[in-house]
Amino acid sequence: MLRNSPPGSADIGALERKATQLRRHMLTMARGQGQGYIGQGLGIADVLAALYFHELRYDPHNLAWPERDRFLLSTGHYSIALWAALAEAGILPVEELITYGADNSRLEMSTLDTTPGVEMIGGSLGHGLGQGVGQALGLRIDKSEARVFVELSDGEMQEGSTWEAAMSASHFRLDGLVALVDCNGIQADGPVVLDMEPVADKWRAFGWQTSEIDGNDMKAVVGALAGARERNGKPKAIVLRTLPGKGVPRIETSEKSHFFRIDVAQWDGIIAEFDKTVGAAQ
Amino acid sequence: MSGATEAGRTLAMGQDEAVGGGRQSVEAPFGKALARLGQSRPDIVGLTADLGKYTDILPFRDAFPDRFFNVGMAEQNLVAIAAGLARTGKVPFATTYGVFATRRAYDFVAIALAHSNLDVKIVAGLPGLTTGYGGTHQAIEDLALMRMIPGLTIIDPCDATEIEAATEAIAAHRGPVYMRLLRGSVPVVFEAGYRFEIGKARPLREGSDIGIISTGFMTERALDAADALRIQGIAAGVLHVPTIKPFDAEAVATFAAGVSHIVTAENHVVVGGLASLVVETLFDAGIAKRVTRIGLPDRYIECGAVPTLQAKYGLTTEAVIATIAALK
Repeated sequence: MLRNSPPGSADIGALERKATQLRRHMLTMARGQGQGYIGQGLGIADVLAALYFHELRYDPHNLAWPERDRFLLSTGHYSIALWAALAEAGILPVEELITYGADNSRLEMSTLDTTPGVEMIGGSLGHGLGQGVGQALGLRIDKSEARVFVELSDGEMQEGSTWEAAMSASHFRLDGLVALVDCNGIQADGPVVLDMEPVADKWRAFGWQTSEIDGNDMKAVVGALAGARERNGKPKAIVLRTLPGKGVPRIETSEKSHFFRIDVAQWDGIIAEFDKTVGAAQ
Repeated sequence: MSGATEAGRTLAMGQDEAVGGGRQSVEAPFGKALARLGQSRPDIVGLTADLGKYTDILPFRDAFPDRFFNVGMAEQNLVAIAAGLARTGKVPFATTYGVFATRRAYDFVAIALAHSNLDVKIVAGLPGLTTGYGGTHQAIEDLALMRMIPGLTIIDPCDATEIEAATEAIAAHRGPVYMRLLRGSVPVVFEAGYRFEIGKARPLREGSDIGIISTGFMTERALDAADALRIQGIAAGVLHVPTIKPFDAEAVATFAAGVSHIVTAENHVVVGGLASLVVETLFDAGIAKRVTRIGLPDRYIECGAVPTLQAKYGLTTEAVIATIAALK
């Protein structure tokens, strides 16, 4: 997968099946330790499927390829989704996923950059976008066409450093920088504790080309990513409305979807429910 | 000492705060050294956060405008951008004042830089008591804060010669560095042949009565004090320790073993900086010696003229002489 797919070429059905496969991996991972940031992971699965199997240019056999597109997961605790994508992309062994969050596992509940395919240490929130700005500037100095995608969350917009980075990205006209703003409406203390709306208007006001979509609608995700390929002098923000726990009704409706901890028998119930739902849909 | 600052209180932003002792001086030794390095090192990039004029980096900007970025008043972003640049193979030199690089951007220095051992050099103006701007601008505790960060190299140069040498050394060194910057017109204390090596302390004067262990511009005061004390019949040795981390514990222990009393001298609070390092080192080495600490007290310093404040808080040659004379 050295090249990303040409715009308009996306096989939406195939990408949806990839997203389902990522979700299945995540449920297996969460069951392993009985816990995890599964709500966020399930919510962002469609976006990661679109990135890793359509939009990003990378070589799973040469992770240091200088011309690769970078994906920075600023919310390190979404690692469960990244591990699923990296495994499905052939960068991590699928059988290793079961070690998620276990002692001595490389697959931490919050990312460290020592795991193959990880571009930054996420988790101290508000770090990702500025590092994305730096990478985009470095790529520009090298006259590289590679792009930088930074995932960040609605809660993360409360960190002032996010806006420092947003200002600088439009000042430096970084049109190869794409912010993927996951608005799932939850943060550590519950539903978003500080109202961030209107989110899209804020990004527009900071000089970003902004779109706002249903982040669980594959066609919309692929379309927004295609729109962000323009090199028009503006950084791109895609505001993603996602549903935490998407695909597993019992998690979607849970009040504790920020961090989910239940026993193995209950996990088995959830996985059975997921398989039933997926079976009905496909 | 320049007439304008000697005369009295001034808060002018670009004043030559580091000048002292009527020595020769060099204008912007850091910026000139960096601009020279930039010729042979296309990977070096310059960054500042709205303090380019006041951190001497403009010679680099003028030589390499395409490799220079001013990110505005945003120090967290300054460090984050530097981290991103380092991940694309660049070696960023990022300047701001010490107070902002430390207190304000600490999490970014620790996690975005040091945790990944990224090749970023933070060059920090107004260390300790080198400005009359009071607690908001005086980085009196930066060495203490930064030495707690794993893997961060910390340099506190004495003069223009050492700043130039250290700039070359940190550019050649792989990994994150915090270097204190004496800016503007910086005195020349060391001869041109002076060798700077990261992690190495330098014995500069022999003397078995008192051993002065100093860092930063306090080494200039220590040398002058040692010369004056010799006339009074007191043999004071001087060990200059420009690298705070990694600390040259071996040189400090060897030096300390040969003197009866140790005096530390630093442009920093006496908590957590050079004095603490020396005491920890002696304790580890099993050397029981009296240690007298010269440095800033554990309190915020007021606004005022730099020479007045340095005299008031004991960061002068006279204060070093008086402290040592009183030990007898």
